[in-house]
Amino acid sequence: MLKILKYSFYDLMRSRWSYVYFLFYLLLGVVLLFLNNDLSKAVITLMNVIIILVPLIGTIFGVMYYYNSREFTELLLAQPVKRSSIFLGQYFGVATSLSMSLVIGLGMPFVFYGIFNSSAIWDFSLLLITGAFLTFIFTALAFVIALRNENKIKGFGYAILLWLFMAVIYDGIFLMSLLYFEDYPLDKFSLVATMLNPVDLSRVLILLKLDISALLGYTGAVFQKFFGTNFGLILSSALLALWVLVPTFFIWRIAKKKDF
Amino acid sequence: MKKSLQIFISLFLVFCTAQGFAKTITVCNSCSAKTIQEGIAQALDGDTVLVKKGIYKEVNIIIDKSIILLGENLPTIDGEDKGEIIKITADNVTVDGFKIINVGTSYTSDYAAIRVIKRNGFLIQNLQLEKLFFGIYLEKSNNGKVLNNTIMGDAVNEYNSGNGIQLWYCKGVEVRGNKVQNVRDGIYLEFSDNIKISHNLSKNNLRYGLHFMFSNNNIYEYNTFENNGAGVAVMFSKFVEMNHNVFKENWGTAAFGLLLKEINDAKITNNVFKENTVGINIEGSNRIDYKNNDFISNGWAIKVRGACYTNNFENNNFLYNSFDISYNSNLNDNKFSHNFWSNYTGYDLDKNGIGDVPYRPVKLFSYIVNRTPETIILLRSLFIDIIDFSEKVSPVFTPDNLVDENPKMKTINHDRS
Repeated sequence: MLKILKYSFYDLMRSRWSYVYFLFYLLLGVVLLFLNNDLSKAVITLMNVIIILVPLIGTIFGVMYYYNSREFTELLLAQPVKRSSIFLGQYFGVATSLSMSLVIGLGMPFVFYGIFNSSAIWDFSLLLITGAFLTFIFTALAFVIALRNENKIKGFGYAILLWLFMAVIYDGIFLMSLLYFEDYPLDKFSLVATMLNPVDLSRVLILLKLDISALLGYTGAVFQKFFGTNFGLILSSALLALWVLVPTFFIWRIAKKKDF
Repeated sequence: MKKSLQIFISLFLVFCTAQGFAKTITVCNSCSAKTIQEGIAQALDGDTVLVKKGIYKEVNIIIDKSIILLGENLPTIDGEDKGEIIKITADNVTVDGFKIINVGTSYTSDYAAIRVIKRNGFLIQNLQLEKLFFGIYLEKSNNGKVLNNTIMGDAVNEYNSGNGIQLWYCKGVEVRGNKVQNVRDGIYLEFSDNIKISHNLSKNNLRYGLHFMFSNNNIYEYNTFENNGAGVAVMFSKFVEMNHNVFKENWGTAAFGLLLKEINDAKITNNVFKENTVGINIEGSNRIDYKNNDFISNGWAIKVRGACYTNNFENNNFLYNSFDISYNSNLNDNKFSHNFWSNYTGYDLDKNGIGDVPYRPVKLFSYIVNRTPETIILLRSLFIDIIDFSEKVSPVFTPDNLVDENPKMKTINHDRS
């Protein structure tokens, strides 16, 4: 598995897209930090990028990579290699290279900006860690979709739909249900609903570091009390990890049975 | 000749009573007056009672003569939790330079470190109050000054703690340069008019940094209110001026930078509201001018609760607030103009420094959050941005005449020095 991971990783490292992706983050970080004189706005933009763009790119890239490397996969399958290590190797290769582009691309401008000397280092690392988690989650989901669908168009369609659902539609349904059941106590429900969607969960984790004043209001206190504690943080990380593990397990299971 | 002689004699008499005959009584461990009470007993109107450095364990010191009670090198008066410490019942009394500790706590009477009852022309300055119940309590007293005192409480619960500086039915009092920390209400005014409160620092108080009710024609300037349990609350008052104050870090489930309830004809100018859960919470307040204020990084810069008419918001900076303005109805009678909004996305083609597109400070999401507070969890979600945008294009739920027609393109530079 490690060999295939290494191969996929180096393959991607050499590919143009990784550079484009890396340069995009580098440019974004530089522009936000050095050409924009207020940091507060920069961090909010960064958060939007991480919770919207990172999942989108993870999904698209994952699906694309799987379909593109299909011939190579078939070649590998003819060799005496375990199936699970082929697919898991590819998956980890893609996800690792994507998150590396993200972490290094965004990290470098911040290091030059002097993040190590400021107290914001923890907030910033939280931002990068959630970004990396989201990459892993959505690449895994993309692999599951791609493995399930032979038809490329269908696969892409489902992948986009998945992203749309997680990033937009889910919140719409969430909001509607909150408004519809407004007469009931909703603290627990909203906590659970937030934890179930990785995009929402990352958003809230980052928000607690940013819009702290608004969230410390009347109901925000409930969330602050939950996510602000070590227990909340550990539980959120565990859930994000679970979001990585479950699709990975599906990749492993589907790969084992799939006909080529 | 006769007249001028008369004037001369009367002037001489005045001079003598004021200066010549006024004597100084010294209180110390080895003096003839060993306690402050003995010192006061020996004094006559116009005398000075000088208290040397030391610890004086006394309660119920009653000052019933117009004297100056002066502490040298900060002598300590220790009340040993027995009750009230100093009570002033004469006009023109000065108390200066003491450290007063251990005021008794009571659930039936409000023991204070120093209390003035129905008197004129008092001067209370340079005191350090610690371990207190009530600090400085002015009761139906007029035309006095409370200057440069430091009040450091240790309040834990609201029900068994008192206020730092309390004014009750007072007129024409100046409260300047005091530091009040860790009490229930930092500065509390009730039924007090023509008061000037300036250059005070009120922080870490259990309830309000400043709290006043039914107090008209007062001026509050250059004060700092920081990290108080519920910020600053002002209620049921008219003709109040609040200028150059700083309200910051008033965080919590029920915290405001400034809570206005039934305040009419006030002026709120040149203040800074920074990192409060709610910058200003307005309820039933009319004809108020909000000018040249800075609202920075608050949860809600301004929350309008209703029954607020003819208010004027001009030349303010709204920077990085999660919500700029929140309304709970779609009626609006308040004016917004020439403010700078950091969320403004318009353009300025004629380069006159004023955006060509009006700015709508009320978002649909703030309306939703007002209705169902739990929805705050969806803050900054992409879906919320989309519905906010569609509401901006065609307002349905938010007041459609609530716009800033002349939003500034650049941050307004208020001179804060």
